Amino acid sequence: MMTSPPPQLRPDSPELADQAGEWRSAYVHIPFCARVCPYCDFAVVEGQENLIDRYVAALLAEVSMADDWDTLDAVFIGGGTPSQVSPALIGSILEALDAKFGLVGGVEVSMEANPEDITAESSRGYRTAGVNRLSMGVQSFDDIVLTALGRQHTGRQALQAIEDAHADFERLSIDLIYGDPTETEASWDRTLDSALAAGTDHISAYSLTVERGTPLSRAVAAGAPAPDDDVQADRWERAAERLSERMIRYEVSNYATADPCKYNLATWAQGEYVAFGLGAHGHRNGTRTRNVRRLDRYMETIEAGQPPIAGETVGSDWDRELERLMLGLRRTAGVVTGVGGRRLLERHPEFVDAGIIEHRDGRIVVVKPLLTDTVIREVLAVPAQE
Amino acid sequence: MSEYIRNLSIIAHIDHGKSTLADRLMEHTGAVTEREMREQLLDTMDLERERGITIKAQSVRLTHEYHGHEYQINLIDTPGHVDFSYEVSRSLAACDGAILLVDAAQGAQAQTLANAYLAIEAGLEIVPVINKIDLPSADPAAASAEIAAILGGDPADVLAVSAKTGQGISELLDRIIERIPKPSGDVDAPLRALVFDSYFDTYRGVVCSIRVVDGRIRKGEQVLFMATNDKHAANELAVSTPWILPVDQLRAGDVGLLITGVKHIDQIRVGDTVTLVSNPASEPLEGYDEPRPMVFSGLFPSDGDDFERLREALEKLQLNDASLIWEPETSRALGFGFRVGFLGLLHMEIVRERLEREYNLDLVSTAPSVAYRVTLTDDSVIEIRSPQDLPHLTSVAQLEEPYVRAMILAPSEYIGTIMDLVQSRRGTMHHMQYLTPERVELIYELPLAEVVFDFFDHLKSRTRGYASLDYEPTGYRVSDLVKVDILLAGLPVDAFSTITHRAKAVQYGKGMVETLRELIPRQMFDVPIQAAIGGNIISRETVKARRKDVLAKCYGGDISRKRKLLEKQKEGKKRMKMVGAVEVPQEAFVAALRVDTSDR
Ligand SMILES: Nc1nc2c(ncn2[C@@H]2O[C@H](COP(=O)(O)OP(=O)(O)OP(=O)(O)O)[C@@H](O)[C@H]2O)c(=O)[nH]1
Ligand SMILES: C[S@@+](CC[C@H](N)C(=O)[O-])C[C@H]1O[C@@H](n2cnc3c(N)ncnc32)[C@H](O)[C@@H]1O
Ligand code: SF4
Ligand SMILES: [Mg+2]
Repeated sequence: MMTSPPPQLRPDSPELADQAGEWRSAYVHIPFCARVCPYCDFAVVEGQENLIDRYVAALLAEVSMADDWDTLDAVFIGGGTPSQVSPALIGSILEALDAKFGLVGGVEVSMEANPEDITAESSRGYRTAGVNRLSMGVQSFDDIVLTALGRQHTGRQALQAIEDAHADFERLSIDLIYGDPTETEASWDRTLDSALAAGTDHISAYSLTVERGTPLSRAVAAGAPAPDDDVQADRWERAAERLSERMIRYEVSNYATADPCKYNLATWAQGEYVAFGLGAHGHRNGTRTRNVRRLDRYMETIEAGQPPIAGETVGSDWDRELERLMLGLRRTAGVVTGVGGRRLLERHPEFVDAGIIEHRDGRIVVVKPLLTDTVIREVLAVPAQE
Repeated sequence: MSEYIRNLSIIAHIDHGKSTLADRLMEHTGAVTEREMREQLLDTMDLERERGITIKAQSVRLTHEYHGHEYQINLIDTPGHVDFSYEVSRSLAACDGAILLVDAAQGAQAQTLANAYLAIEAGLEIVPVINKIDLPSADPAAASAEIAAILGGDPADVLAVSAKTGQGISELLDRIIERIPKPSGDVDAPLRALVFDSYFDTYRGVVCSIRVVDGRIRKGEQVLFMATNDKHAANELAVSTPWILPVDQLRAGDVGLLITGVKHIDQIRVGDTVTLVSNPASEPLEGYDEPRPMVFSGLFPSDGDDFERLREALEKLQLNDASLIWEPETSRALGFGFRVGFLGLLHMEIVRERLEREYNLDLVSTAPSVAYRVTLTDDSVIEIRSPQDLPHLTSVAQLEEPYVRAMILAPSEYIGTIMDLVQSRRGTMHHMQYLTPERVELIYELPLAEVVFDFFDHLKSRTRGYASLDYEPTGYRVSDLVKVDILLAGLPVDAFSTITHRAKAVQYGKGMVETLRELIPRQMFDVPIQAAIGGNIISRETVKARRKDVLAKCYGGDISRKRKLLEKQKEGKKRMKMVGAVEVPQEAFVAALRVDTSDR
């Protein structure tokens, strides 16, 4: 089993990017949110906090039902809002994972948290429970934007939460969302300033995406202003420029000073992971599974002693080859060319000509990350045989 | 006995209730039971039911008792839309009379007149009927007066019915027997049957609708198609009641179906005369005039491999749509396809949809154009059906465009606004006549190109829907025409070229460039769009290069979903055509139809 990467590797280094495919991880989903944000299309529920105990019990049962596997290099507790769950229960989940699979020394345990839930006390609690990396959903430091996004915290609260968490967490990330129509260039600049000043070792900056079926998408369909692609391109460029003062961009939307998020790096390297919880997706032995997305069904299925799997996809070798490229191309390190990459280059010389991708040292690298999907769409259409 | 047979069509302006009247007649004569009945039963095509209009004429045999005798009535329901008037004239050739139906709330409209003239020319006995008298807005007296004015009869002679409630239907059946003459043919003469329609049935092969004029035909006899000189056995004979009912023979005066097992479509021609091999007729019947297509547009398979399938589909569809003509066309942008002639835009739309649905094709069409006549400097004359065929101007001595005689029927208060519209369309007034003090008939000369596309939409909006339009070609006239070319990323795109009057060229070019800028998605690079007349750029816009095309995130949970999303987007892009390096959506090829060059 691989151990943690030597610290000298840059977060965007090809070696690290490729190594990550060997890591074993677990994803744990916590669906509870105090208020569901209008743009969010994750598996989330609102106003069901009374079910938390029962849900965690189901999670533990699901873990114990799983097939045995290797020890874990990374655990990611995502949501929803994991910080709606008490440190004690989070601790019980980590214990269950340790009992079932074992956690390697130096295992990375990330957890998502909403700023309004983080106090000096809760921060300490999660740290003690075994979490060693916190990812906070700040989204913006501008209260106008926060209100537009339907968030429950203010910029000041976010700063306070970061300060409190810093006492316990050396590894701390913040999520930002840019490109909401109420956001101005100056507002985004101020958010970037504050984010840099907060001194975290990791930042994720996402463009606001209108996901189908969300209240945001209904509002846009009804005529509300939609995020503008060109504005978002400007904002991305601005973020890339400013954040690079202190950090290294290792994926389209992710920046780290030294250590990237291991779990995410593993998924982009087509690594395997077990997954537990509502709507959670797993990847083992070349098979991608997905859990049921309805809370009552999830719990009832497990309580009846059944695995809560809603479906699975087994791709052909070629499907997996294209998937490897699709995931890998999002990284700054690019992806090993391979058969699929060679076919892509043959079929689409225009990408190299237009300076969108580069082919060097046996890797394909997207050098205009804003056009990554222009390339990936063609990757996915490369036929198995010519 | 042919004495007890009546052959007639129902003709009218669109939506005046022909198909509904056919329903009532079928119901009243017991041709269909209450359970079998549904609205506009004879509109059997999906497209007809979806759009609520008749596209294909349909015949049905009814029986009606009158003064102790059983009569056989062969009824043809015809379409009312101007694009399908060819269908009406073919039906009339199989009849001895016609019901001219007028909506009592709307009064006589352009196709009322046009179809009445067709019936008169064909020498048919016309039974005038006003319909929809159940409507509160119906004005039976005015409608009857209008019909009488058109036909030159007595308003009191006009029968009033409601195809909705059934009022007046039995009187109408009696009137049909009384007024419409029995078929004039001779049962003892050699067989002469007119093929007035046909269709391709996967199991039976070609099925012909025939009207037996003279003689008789029995099942199994050898028949000769006189124009193509092909011999076949009459494998099956049938009548439509409207269910297909096999019969042993068809006699002079009968209308029925002839199935010969012909699989080769080119052996059958609508308008041909069928006779018996054993006792052939010496002279064929008078056939049909060749249809005169008004507009031409390119039809290309989205997938170039489907070219042959498209050819086959056109051949089969032609059996059922005698007005369809085509020739191969090649486009640099779209590959191999066909230049197809249509009777109008609705016809064009219907043909395309039928090809796509009935033959499972995916097609790209180009903007329609009329046919121009070009005199070259060596005095030779050619007809071009596509702007891309226009020879270089240095070898062109003269250009001519087709003109039409347009008839507009409208309430007289709209005369002024109609005049304005016609003038902005390069038209001239020919004639004006009051049908009644409130309703006027206006006759204009106009270039076909100004009428055939969006003229009717403008006419309707200016007259709040009260005007109706009919037109017929009158020949070619010299005109100051220019070709407007469109360049994408610097390269001219043949499929986008248009011929237009010089006075409208700039407005057209600008409109086209703007429309294309909206339709063409952003690409990896800037795409300049230009309009040019003979090398001079008259307008320019740019589709700016796409700057952002990336999903914000792709985490463990979304991999399969994001992949599907991107694959679906790629599928959508597949339907685009590559013009040079530019991806062009299919609807861009008909963008010209969206360009409005009428005076605003
Ligand atoms: N109130 C009323 N409505 C009628 C009557 N006859 C027909 N309609 C309605 O008028 C509309 C057009 O009727 P159709 O029978 O489809 O007209 P059509 O003449 O066959 O139309 P095309 O074949 O498209 O030319 C339908 O909505 C009918 O229900 C009638 O006597 N009274
Ligand atoms: C699944 S959420 C969970 C984190 C936590 N509940 C929170 O919202 O603070 C993870 C991150 O995804 C991002 N996100 C969610 N929906 C998004 C959208 N529609 N567009 C862009 N980013 C989004 C937000 O930045 C959010 O912090
Ligand atoms: S963004 Fe976070 S807090 Fe908002 S609904 Fe989604 S998971 Fe819950
Ligand atoms: Mg009809």
